[in-house]
Order: sequence, then C-alpha cells, then structure tokens
Amino acid sequence: MLPVTNTVGVQESELELTFLTKQEILLAHCRFKELLPKESRNTMDYRVPMEKILTMPELKSNPFRQRICYVFSTSEAKDGSLSFEDFLDFLSVFSDSATPEIKSHYAFRIFDFDDDGTLDRNDLVKLVNCLTGDAPETRLSQEEMNQLIGNILEESDIDKDGTVNLSEFQHVISRSPDFVSSFKIVL
Amino acid sequence: MAAPQKTLKDYHHIAAILAGLTCSCFALRTSKLERHVLIFDCLLFSLSYEDVITEEELANLKEAVEEKKKSITTLRNQPWRMKKKLETLKEAQEFIEKFEGALGKGKGRKFYAYKVMMLKKWMKFKRDFENFKTACIPWEMKIKEIESKSFGSSVASYFIFLRWMYGINMVLFGLTFGLVMVPEALMGKPYGSMPRKTVPRSESSTAMDFATLWDFGGYAQYSVLFYGYYNNQRAIGWLKFRLPLSYFLVGVGTIAYSFMVVIRTMASNANQEGGGDDTSFNFSWKMFTSWDYLIGNPETADNKFASITTSFKESIVEEQENRKEENIHLTRFLRVLANFLVLCCLAGSGYLIYFVVRRSQKFALEGLENYGWWERNEVNMVMSLLGMFCPTLFDVISALENYHPRIALRWQLGRIFALFLGNLYTFIIALMDEINLKLEEEAVVKYNMTIWEANLYNGTLSENSTRPPIEVDPADVPRGPCWETMVGQEFVRLTISDTMTTYITILIGDFLRALFVRFINYCWCWDLEYGFPSYAEFDISGNVLGLIFNQGMIWMGAFYAPCLPAINVLRLHASMYLQCWAVMCCNVPHERVFKASRSNNFYMAMLLFILFLSTLPAVYTIVSIPPSFDCGPFSGKSRMYNVIQETLENDFPAWFGKVFSYASNPGLILPFILLMAESVLPAMV
Repeated sequence: MLPVTNTVGVQESELELTFLTKQEILLAHCRFKELLPKESRNTMDYRVPMEKILTMPELKSNPFRQRICYVFSTSEAKDGSLSFEDFLDFLSVFSDSATPEIKSHYAFRIFDFDDDGTLDRNDLVKLVNCLTGDAPETRLSQEEMNQLIGNILEESDIDKDGTVNLSEFQHVISRSPDFVSSFKIVL
Repeated sequence: MAAPQKTLKDYHHIAAILAGLTCSCFALRTSKLERHVLIFDCLLFSLSYEDVITEEELANLKEAVEEKKKSITTLRNQPWRMKKKLETLKEAQEFIEKFEGALGKGKGRKFYAYKVMMLKKWMKFKRDFENFKTACIPWEMKIKEIESKSFGSSVASYFIFLRWMYGINMVLFGLTFGLVMVPEALMGKPYGSMPRKTVPRSESSTAMDFATLWDFGGYAQYSVLFYGYYNNQRAIGWLKFRLPLSYFLVGVGTIAYSFMVVIRTMASNANQEGGGDDTSFNFSWKMFTSWDYLIGNPETADNKFASITTSFKESIVEEQENRKEENIHLTRFLRVLANFLVLCCLAGSGYLIYFVVRRSQKFALEGLENYGWWERNEVNMVMSLLGMFCPTLFDVISALENYHPRIALRWQLGRIFALFLGNLYTFIIALMDEINLKLEEEAVVKYNMTIWEANLYNGTLSENSTRPPIEVDPADVPRGPCWETMVGQEFVRLTISDTMTTYITILIGDFLRALFVRFINYCWCWDLEYGFPSYAEFDISGNVLGLIFNQGMIWMGAFYAPCLPAINVLRLHASMYLQCWAVMCCNVPHERVFKASRSNNFYMAMLLFILFLSTLPAVYTIVSIPPSFDCGPFSGKSRMYNVIQETLENDFPAWFGKVFSYASNPGLILPFILLMAESVLPAMV
C-alpha cells in the first residue's frame, strides 16, 4: 500500500511506477490530503468519494469527469471513489511525459460508457452529447447525430462490425497531431 | 584412456534443476517469475556445495537479472492498476536483490558487484538531475498557471515561444557582451583618449541631456554600445586579444547560431507532429481529440462546447453541400476587390514610410534643434502606428471575403507579414540612401582634415618631413562620418519605440478598456460586457508576429550596435511579466478555441524566412560597402572581411594560409554547398 505520508517523503516506488516528477508527486500528496476529511488525514487506505473528487477545479468543468472517476477507481463497490494509488495512476496517465500508447488506452476506456470493451453506437451518441454540452440549443438534432455517427464509423471502423475496438481506436488516435497535447491534466 | 569422470558437482546441478522443474510442473499455476525463482533457488542450493558455477549458468543468471531490470523500467508503460504494478515491482526487486548478491560472490565477481552498484548510483543521479532540470526551467509555473487556470494550450504556446526566444537572445547577448563589449571596455583605450572615442566639442554641451541620451546620442553614442567606439588596433591588452577579428566572428557567429537553432527546432517539431495534413480521419479526430483537458474554467468550457458544436455542424454541412456553389461570381468579385484594397494599403504604407524617411533627412540637414518631438521621432512613430492600425484594417476588409475562419486567419497572417516586410525593407532602402550620402561626405571630410592638419602647423613645415606630434584635445579633431553607428542608432531607436508602442497598446487597449468596461458598466445604456467594446481577447497571432519581426530587427542591427541583444533581453524579460499579468487580469478566453500545434511549424518557418531576410542587408553591407575610415574596428581596411585575410597572414603559420587558399577555391566550395543543401532539404521536407 502506498501510504499518504505526513512527512515530506516520496517513495522510490512512486517515482518508478509513474511518469510524474518528484515535485508533481509531492503536489499530489498535498492535494489528496486536502480532499480527505480531517479525522482520516493520517490513515492509509482511505477512499475519497466521487463527489469530493469532482469538486477539484481541474475536473469541475470536464464533461468526462464521472467517467474518469469510474475508470480509475479500484473500489469493489464500483462507486467511482479513488484511493491515493488510483489518484496517482490518474495523474500519471494525464501527465506530460506519459506515452501516447497509454494515453490512448485510457482514453478508450473513458469513452467506453458501457464498459463492454468496444465503442458501439450508443457509446458514440453519449460521447457526442457530452461534447456538445448540456444546454438544449447546443445539442445536435437526430438527423445530424445519425449523419455524424455514420461518418465516424465509416472512418474508423476498419473491420466493419459496427463498433470501434481498441486497436482501431489506437490506429486513429496515433495519427492525430493534437491528441497528446490535449489529453493532459496538470495540478 | 580414462573416460572423463563426471564429478559430483555435475550430478548436483542436474539433480537440482530436475527437482525444480518437477515441482513447478505440479504447481501449474505458478507464475513465470516463481518458476524462475525456483530454478535459481535450486542452483543457489547447489552452489553451497561448491564455489564455482559454470559460465553458462552465470550468463543465464545475468540475463535473467537484466531482463527483470528492464521490465521494471517499462512497468510504468503498462496500463495496469497501481496495485498490480506494485506487486510486480516488489517481486522483481526481490529477485534482483537475491541473485545479484549471489553473482557478486567469489573472485572476479567483485567487479560485477561494483559495476552494479555504480549503475544504481548513476540511475539515481540521472533521475535527480532530471528533476533538477525541470525545476530550473524559468517561468514554468507561470505558464502552467495560464494553461490550466483559464486559457488552454493555445495562449500558453505564445508564452512558450517567448521563452524560447528569450533563450536565443541570452546566448546572443552572451556572445556580444563577453567577446566584444567587455574586452574593449577593459582592455581597449579608455574614453577620451582618441578622437573616435570622445564626444566632439560642438556636441559636448548637450551630451549628458536626457533627451540626447534617450535618442542614443551624446555619451551613449561614444561608448561600447555602438560600432563607432571600437578601435582598429589589431591586438589589445596583455592578452593580445584580436578585437577586430572577434567582432567579425561574433557577428557571423550570431547569425550561424540562430540559423542552427531555428532549423533544429523546426526539425524536431516536424518529427513530433507526423502527418499533420492528413484529412482522412476528420470526424473521428473531432470526436476523440477535440476536448482540451487542461480547461479548468467554466467559461472557457462553455466556449469550448459552443465551438465544438459549431465545428460539428459545419463539418456536416460542408460534407453535404460540397458541390453546391452559390453566387460564385459575386464571391469571386468580392475577393478580388478585397485583395485590391489590401494591395492599395500596402503600397500606401510603403510610400508613407519612404516619404517620412526623406523628410527626416531634410530635418537632419537643417539641424534637429529647430524641430519638436514629433519631427524628431517621426519615422519610428509612423512605423509603429502603421503596425498597429493596418492589421485591424485588413481584418475589416477580410469580412468581404467570406472565407472559412481558418483560411481567413492564414490570409490575415500573410497580409500582416507582407505589411511588416514591406515596411522594413522600405526603411532599409531609405537607410541605404543615407549611407551613400555619408560615403560621399567622407571624401569631402578627408580633404578638409588634411587642410586642418596643415593649419595646425601654420604651414611652417613641408608635408613630407617628419614632425613632432602636437597635443590636440581629441574633442577638437574634426570627425569623419560614421555610417555604421548611424545604422545602429536607427535600429536601436526603432526597437525602443516598437517596445513602447506594444506596452502602451497593452495598457490602453487591454487594461484601460477592462477598467472602463468593468466600472462604467453600471451607468451606461447598453451592456458593455456583452456588446461593444467588451473585454479584449488575447491576440495570439498578432503578438507572435510582433515578436518575430522584433527579432528580425535585432538580427539586422546587431552587427552595428552590439548593445541590441542586451536591450532585447531586457525587453523580453519585461514583456513576459507584463503580458502574463495582462492576460490573467484583463483578457477573456477566446470565443473560437483552436489548437496551437498545427501553427507551430508555420511560425517557425516564418522566423526562418525573416532570419534569412534580415541577414541579407548585413551581409551585403559587409561585403560591398567600404567601412568608414574614421571609426570602428575595421577602419582603414578596404572591406570588412579583409580582417580574415589579415589574421591568416599574420597569426597562422604559412602552410595554413596555403591550405586555406586551396580550400576556398570555388571549385571545392560549390560542391560542398550543394552537398549540404541536398542533405538538409530532405530532412526538412
């Protein structure tokens, strides 16, 4: 278990297993401690509930914030709560030095709303609705939505099975020049 | 002949390995690691019977340990949960510890253990050094704050560009300061010892005035800041420092260094981007990569949602109506009209600059004291004002054209580029006229000087006899005109006025506007925040272009005014803080948010082009105009590059000169240049 240390100490294993620098890990320690309730500041192994995580300014405006919590959470109750290890995992994947492969792997998991291992039509519809925001005037009409989904499947679905799997997704993303620079979160 | 006896130890080995394999076969669910451990455990057990293991087993063990080490370094690339990664890490580390110790036993193994320890220390040192380096990058926290708190990656890319320029200018400053200004100041003749280093008697009454100093005349002119102060003595001081050679080489070196850095950055950018123009995955990329995860501000997020929606709708509509062409003739006519208007603007601004420069020459002839502040600074003010207002004019004209916003931005950038270029070159042509005037003046002054010298001796001695030197105060000696210092002064004044204009624009256009909108909003008829004028957006392209052109001016003028890189370093430093403050305090996020990555190499390409164009005038003047006879480190030579020949003759052994003259044969140089071009071009394309 990685302890939430009181003293200013960064574990060797944390440096080894994540893409973060020492300063970033220290900052992560501080920010995670702020999210903990006062009584449990010194206990290891505490899981911060999803609602608390979503109050962080870096995630507050992100349309995929709940999906991020669900994907990185290791709790058995599947409630999106994050322990400190999960938090470090999350920061490592979204850091500057993470490889494009690991970023695209996790991006796929975030976009897979029903967790079935492929991006099917429903996942893509939910994705578009997330991206266009919550206001009714910005949503796309049914016809526009169908056209858009049709175009996307035409481009990315190479084996024409109606869904986008991980390797097809990674193939599309690897050619994109903007992906790595936009898939970044910095505390 | 006795058969080779199988010793006991061989049997032990075989037995141990067999035992291990059978155990692991039964325990089918052991991991590969556990099986390895089992086998090698048995090996260790058999080791205790003797102190030698065969080379093959040693090699196997070493290989396994190396493999474990490699797997540790790639652990962070695995998309596993932290728990699983931790477990794997612990297992691997235990394995390594156990067997590395074993490998270290016995004679000859001590070196291996030592090697392993040094390697560990080295890895730790490298990691600490990386952390230190990241902490040392200047302004990193500031830029990250801008990136994450409000504005996304496109505004931050401007500041990253500014920081990179600051790095280049620091190097240029180091070269000019350390190799040119400091040696002359410390080891050259001091102020007042020679005519060229002294303020002339006629100007000495106003030499200390603030107005003169601000104009870089007076004491500022006769100092290490400008070309004219430098003495043409071949070697100065006890170090025998070759100042003219150093001056020439630093001038050439700054240009070469700048080229190298820009091309290297372009190449590495091109490697990172890969296929930037690929349009085969348009929709998919819009879906999967358009959200900028750095956005942390609800307002920016709303803008981003709106822009994504618009972009989706636009692409869908574009896809459908690709063939439909409405009113193409009207569109074409309007576009031609817009281009014609723009050309008129460009021609008008070019003529205006030329006119103003000629007028300033007229003023200079009549004596600047008769005129007020505007007449003195007319050229610089006009150039800065044109740079401020014409882009807005182009923006208004481009409303006629009805292009897609990305294409409209490209046209806008191209036009602003043409404007700045035209202005700069008109300015240079006007300067060339002045240089020619000064060169004509030289002949006249030379003649006058001989008459003056003759008058000193009251004509008592004939011209050819040697005469004892008469003490004359250097301030009284008549001076030859110094066109190089004049050019340096013009560039320095231009840089300063450009800086002032930028800062005043920020203060008025952004800060005062924000104050006005915030506080007068309470008592105004319409909502100032949503209607006109509202808060300003940060104009990325305008600022980047301004930065690029400023750098072009520095490159042009640095040969004649060694103080220019220093002034630029100060200016960039101040700009960083001022603009960071202005962005956070007075600007709002863009309505249309678009990525910076694609534009990066576009700006680099412009910078390269400007670098090339800026070095042309300097190189031309070095090669074809004779240096002034009375000032600067090259005075007395017929051409500035003769200093190289002189050095070769006097300082290097004779054979070196011969080799150099063979090597500088055009027959050798031309193929060499072709070879370089052929190897650089494919790398760039």
